Amino acid sequence: MQRYQWDWGVLFREPYFGWLLSGLGWTLFIAMLAWAIAFSVGSTIGICRTLPNRWLRAIGTAYVEIFRNVPLLLQMFLWFFVLPELLPREAGRWMKRDMPNPELTSAVLCLGFYHASRVAEQVRSGIDSVAQGLSRAGLATGLTLGQTYRHILMPIAYRLIVPTLTSEFLGIIKNSSIALTIGVLELTNQSRQIESFTFRGFEAFTAATVIYIAVSMVALGLARMFERRSPIKGMMTREANS
Amino acid sequence: MKLDFSVVWNNLPILFDGMQLSLVLTALALSGGILLGAILAVLRLSPLRPVAWFAAGYVNTFRSIPLILVLFWFYFLVPLIIGRPVGPFYAALIAFVLFEAAYYCEIIRAGIQGIPRGQRAAALATGMTQAQVMRHVVLPQAFRNMTPVMLTQAIILFQDTSLVYVVTLYDFMTSAAIVAQRDLAIVEVYIFAACVYFCICFTASRLVGWFKSRVEVSR
Repeated sequence: MQRYQWDWGVLFREPYFGWLLSGLGWTLFIAMLAWAIAFSVGSTIGICRTLPNRWLRAIGTAYVEIFRNVPLLLQMFLWFFVLPELLPREAGRWMKRDMPNPELTSAVLCLGFYHASRVAEQVRSGIDSVAQGLSRAGLATGLTLGQTYRHILMPIAYRLIVPTLTSEFLGIIKNSSIALTIGVLELTNQSRQIESFTFRGFEAFTAATVIYIAVSMVALGLARMFERRSPIKGMMTREANS
Repeated sequence: MKLDFSVVWNNLPILFDGMQLSLVLTALALSGGILLGAILAVLRLSPLRPVAWFAAGYVNTFRSIPLILVLFWFYFLVPLIIGRPVGPFYAALIAFVLFEAAYYCEIIRAGIQGIPRGQRAAALATGMTQAQVMRHVVLPQAFRNMTPVMLTQAIILFQDTSLVYVVTLYDFMTSAAIVAQRDLAIVEVYIFAACVYFCICFTASRLVGWFKSRVEVSR
């Protein structure tokens, strides 16, 4: 390593400190909105894949296969560049000209629908692992199929998959960095900006690395807390099981 | 709007070169990642605490930061360490190997730890040494269990190589983006690229599924 001038102070000088903060802000903002889509769409698709109706199951499978087998970066470009061209003329023009924050909206939709396909797989496996006996028991007591899902299967399935859902949320935070390819100024992009403005690559990338690690530690901590607060009644705790 | 896919046909050689680079990068990163991942897994399971902690720290760090950031890190670091510019390929390759190693370490570790403890104890009781237990009892089963997961991870790696776009290495994705912008055929080229990726990854994941159903250790 030759003649690298260290200057950690650069991170705390304006405007660079502000850049990092706003980058973190956008990363979290995108991740939360995308998570809302991923969780709701993913749950719907995941449930579809466990229903008795063959058509709903096929739609669910097709959704998962399509979104899982195309690289996320390409999906980002499809949402941002290609979709406005394919829509009817008026809608396309609106997306390109009048839609507020087009980069941000595309990034959120892209991440949301991509991670929905992965959430769907987790929801499905959660339901599958409890469904066998419990859904028959529920139906036998006179509950409708909807009620069985609502009151029996989903509360247990969701609790079972808290750990994988947590790592999925961390995955969204990490993948939100791909939004930099369409010009969103999230955390990774800001650290690269600092590098190209100040030539302090070490300091800038270290800052981003440390922030990402801190964020994922906080998220893991919150998930553990949630897990402890909402145990599945009548089952041993996860700790006792493993 | 009218779609004109002749632009894809005219640029097939460029796209084909790009795909070759994607596949080469995937293959090299895969071999390097598995090798380093196996070493890390051994370290992580080591009875020596500091060694295990080091490996755990490595894995957790790489797993909590985005791949793009890792690519930026090494695109910036490698020339600085070597002292001269080496081009994006080697920087990207190093980044991918180190990044994938963290994921392969966890896959291998889970595979080894997934073998019931009783088998180990039983094998030791028959008079086998630690090394023999690993070689004849634990590893053969662990490999069978983890191969499908490793292959699935390889498909993810293949998709992730598209991210070399951020360091302008001409893989399939980057070549497609260049053709799309140069020939003003964004819609056609990106749709074609998506279809290519889909066909490759879908076929590969089906093959992995078929393979998995054949090798799974039945209990």
